Amino acid sequence: MSERRQPLFLERESYRQRRTTDAARLLPILGFLALCLPILWGGEGGRFTSVGVIYLFGVWVVLIAVAMLLARRLRRIDAQQGTPD
Amino acid sequence: MLSFNTLIAVCLAYVVALFLIAFAADRRARQGKFGWLRSPLVYTLSLSIYCTAWTFYGAVGYAARSGLEFLTIYLGPTLVMVGWWWILRKLVRIGRSQRITSIADLISSRYGKSNLLGVIVTLMAVIGTTPYIALQLQSVTLSFAVFAGRSGGWAASDLNATALWVAAGLALFTVLFGTRNLDANERHYGVVTAIAVEAVMKLFALLAVGVFVVWGVADGAGDILARIDASPIAGWELKPGRWVSLIFLSAVAFLTLPRMFQVMVVENADERHLSTASWAFPLYLMLMSLFVVPIAVVGLDLMPAGSNPDLFVLTVPLSQGREGLAMLSFLGGFSSATSMVIVAAIALSTMVSNHIVMPIWLSVARQGATVSGDVRQVVLTARRVSIAGILALGYAYYRVSGGGAALAAIGLISFVGVAQFLPALLGGIFWRGATRAGAAVGLITGFGLWAYTLFLPSFEGSFILSAELLTQGPFGIGWLRPQALFGVSGMDPLVHALFWSLTLNTIAFCSVSLASFPRPQERLQGAQFVNVFDHNPNAQGWVSGMAEAEDLLVMAQRILGPEQAQGLFSREAARQGKAGYLPDTSPDFLQRLERELAGSVGAATGHAMIGQIVGGASVSVGDLMAVADETAQMMEYSSQLEAKSAELERTARQLRVVNEKLTDLSVQKDAFLSQISHELRTPMTSIRAFSEIMREGGMTAEERAKYALIIHDETIRLTRLLDDLLDLSVLESGQVEMNMQTADLQDIIERSVTSAGGDGCLTIHRDPAREQVALLTDPDRLSQVFINLIANACKYCDAEQPELRIRVRRNGGNVEVDFVDNGTGIPAKSQPLIFEKFSRLGDQRAAGGAGLGLAISREIMANLGGSVIYLPGQGGAAFRVTLAVNGASSTKSKP
Repeated sequence: MSERRQPLFLERESYRQRRTTDAARLLPILGFLALCLPILWGGEGGRFTSVGVIYLFGVWVVLIAVAMLLARRLRRIDAQQGTPD
Repeated sequence: MLSFNTLIAVCLAYVVALFLIAFAADRRARQGKFGWLRSPLVYTLSLSIYCTAWTFYGAVGYAARSGLEFLTIYLGPTLVMVGWWWILRKLVRIGRSQRITSIADLISSRYGKSNLLGVIVTLMAVIGTTPYIALQLQSVTLSFAVFAGRSGGWAASDLNATALWVAAGLALFTVLFGTRNLDANERHYGVVTAIAVEAVMKLFALLAVGVFVVWGVADGAGDILARIDASPIAGWELKPGRWVSLIFLSAVAFLTLPRMFQVMVVENADERHLSTASWAFPLYLMLMSLFVVPIAVVGLDLMPAGSNPDLFVLTVPLSQGREGLAMLSFLGGFSSATSMVIVAAIALSTMVSNHIVMPIWLSVARQGATVSGDVRQVVLTARRVSIAGILALGYAYYRVSGGGAALAAIGLISFVGVAQFLPALLGGIFWRGATRAGAAVGLITGFGLWAYTLFLPSFEGSFILSAELLTQGPFGIGWLRPQALFGVSGMDPLVHALFWSLTLNTIAFCSVSLASFPRPQERLQGAQFVNVFDHNPNAQGWVSGMAEAEDLLVMAQRILGPEQAQGLFSREAARQGKAGYLPDTSPDFLQRLERELAGSVGAATGHAMIGQIVGGASVSVGDLMAVADETAQMMEYSSQLEAKSAELERTARQLRVVNEKLTDLSVQKDAFLSQISHELRTPMTSIRAFSEIMREGGMTAEERAKYALIIHDETIRLTRLLDDLLDLSVLESGQVEMNMQTADLQDIIERSVTSAGGDGCLTIHRDPAREQVALLTDPDRLSQVFINLIANACKYCDAEQPELRIRVRRNGGNVEVDFVDNGTGIPAKSQPLIFEKFSRLGDQRAAGGAGLGLAISREIMANLGGSVIYLPGQGGAAFRVTLAVNGASSTKSKP
């Protein structure tokens, strides 16, 4: 993704890195909200297990995919920040 | 037909394979060939011990009873992994930098290496985990019973015997591969690899059953969705309270379960593996749960009413005649149970040996670490006995509880128990204000409430809490009823217990922390844990100079083993720039040694052992003020760095100056050598030439006399040159003896003028009155200098009527004698050179001397404690001789 566009300034790069870590922090919160969403689903019609399966596994796949993307970028950041002895 | 014996044989073969794999991995690791042993894949797979037999078999049963709620158990950990940047990253970093051996060690270490907390956490973990181990034994025996039931009747005693055999086998495996090395921080590669294989096995088994159910029994995904809609669990009865609580609970348990902490933090070989696991482990969990609902739905459809849904994974393939698949599924369940038990036993045994056995041993053997006896062996034995003990406890629990449905509920109950570690854990790594007292009170509160509201009621009145108490409350006090605390009724018992225990735990933890004051050691550790990413983790906790390195070595050898301890000590000595095995017991070294010991026996014990030798002179408030405060520490560190770099710069500058001087000296030496050979060669050449002429003969006596005179003169010149050189070298080496005596300056000048013959070639102006100064000096040497200066003026002064002015002036304790002529003087660019050897300005009147006069004068003056310099700006050539009066100053005249 970002290999294509080389950033002009270091500032921009470190800015991106900070936002990436922000995203990594935000992800579980959004995930939790998404997983709790079925609570609000319509009352009288009832909730269906089959719909639930599709929805929950859908959220799950998205979480995994986003986590994978973030993990790749975060690993680079972590490497720059240095690991302990 | 699959016979029971075949099953046993396959099962044993599988176990043997696991032993071999663990053995091979351990051997590879010992040979240093890590390779894939340290890969992120193995790390991710090892995390799968989260999925125990309870989830392998139980998830389907759970789904068959309560629909989608089973997913919460997997969704919580998914959120924790996906949010690794929040907590896990910090935990792993702390675990590595502090050489943490277990969750009890983490909490104990954070709160000032408190053994009290270590004991509390260990006991809680044992109580919370034992039923869980029993649950694993139950699931294995039940799955055996499924096969046994088909090939003939099986009595309850057979079930018990199976459980016993399984427990014993697991104990053997764990002791063999879990206690090979003492350092819990060194990874158990054998165990981890075997677990990774088991992880693949259980995933593969469950997927295989799932694929069979979806595409073998049903007609693909569409059909399965239709069957779900037609099944008893078609409606999703979502209980909001339970849904949210269970997601939260499983997330918390994922962090605080001792076995999860073991694989996630202690066995972590590389922090970067965490980023891979952050998405790979959720993927694993998703695949594990992907086919749970289909299997449950198909099982409910196919199996006769009343059959145990917990065993659908086994019974559905069996009912379809797929015995191979059932066997695979059996191995999957077996893997889930065994891997969990092995890791849990390792984690608990480490905690028990480090926080219970070692402190007791240390206090019983009062001399403790300094007496003879192999501590290492004590620790290892303690671990092995603990492993056996924990499995025995699990087995006993299984027997006592009767292995009924009560046991099945224990999974979540156990989760709530270990969840009580959460406030102390998170508070410890994010809040510097958390104290030991707060943590202890919080833990005890939470654990007590858990026992009262959830654990004991789970026995339904048969253990400690009576049935009457459960319904009426203690002493008939209704608002203290265990399952409706403070009058909160109508809540799901699990949610009720989770809510009250964690809430009150957190409140107790925070309020006691706020009210109490931490000890220095706590504050030090707190700063290191909370700010683990900010500064170097080497804040010092020891005062130096109190311990003998030899005592420490003796102790360390007993814990770490001689080889490792000696290696550590000699490395440390080398770091301090010493040879041998005994480094200085600097605070820095003590800190490192303690951390090394902590990796083997836990922070509290390591600290206590060093404390015994150092004499308990651990960190004081004064030391703390210097180091604990983060800003001060940073500033001190950076100012130290600054000072060091300034010092380095200074040294470098000095070296540069010395180097320049050396280079110059070398150039000078070369010049000197070439000069001297030239100076020697000139007279030698003429001596040789004239002596050859004389040898040929045939010359008049007059000529002979003339040549002999030349030879004689040249010889004299040579001799003088050599004398001068000799003189100079003696003077330069500083080995010359000065003949110090009191002398009158006037006399010396008088004598010098006379012997230089100055009056003949130039007019000399003097002020005799001023010359009356008594000096402590070497008169002969001083006059040598004066003669040289006068002679030079005589030789080089180019005025029509040469004049020389000799001025004497007193300047403090010094006398200055100036020799100023009226010639053109010496050009500025030549002034620095005139005192060098063989420097002659121009070649006007080669002047008899070798150009050593001024160099010798300078050396003489240096030896007399004075100087001779060129004095510019006097109209002609001017030299100033400065002499120290040396306290023998004259009273004859006052200028």
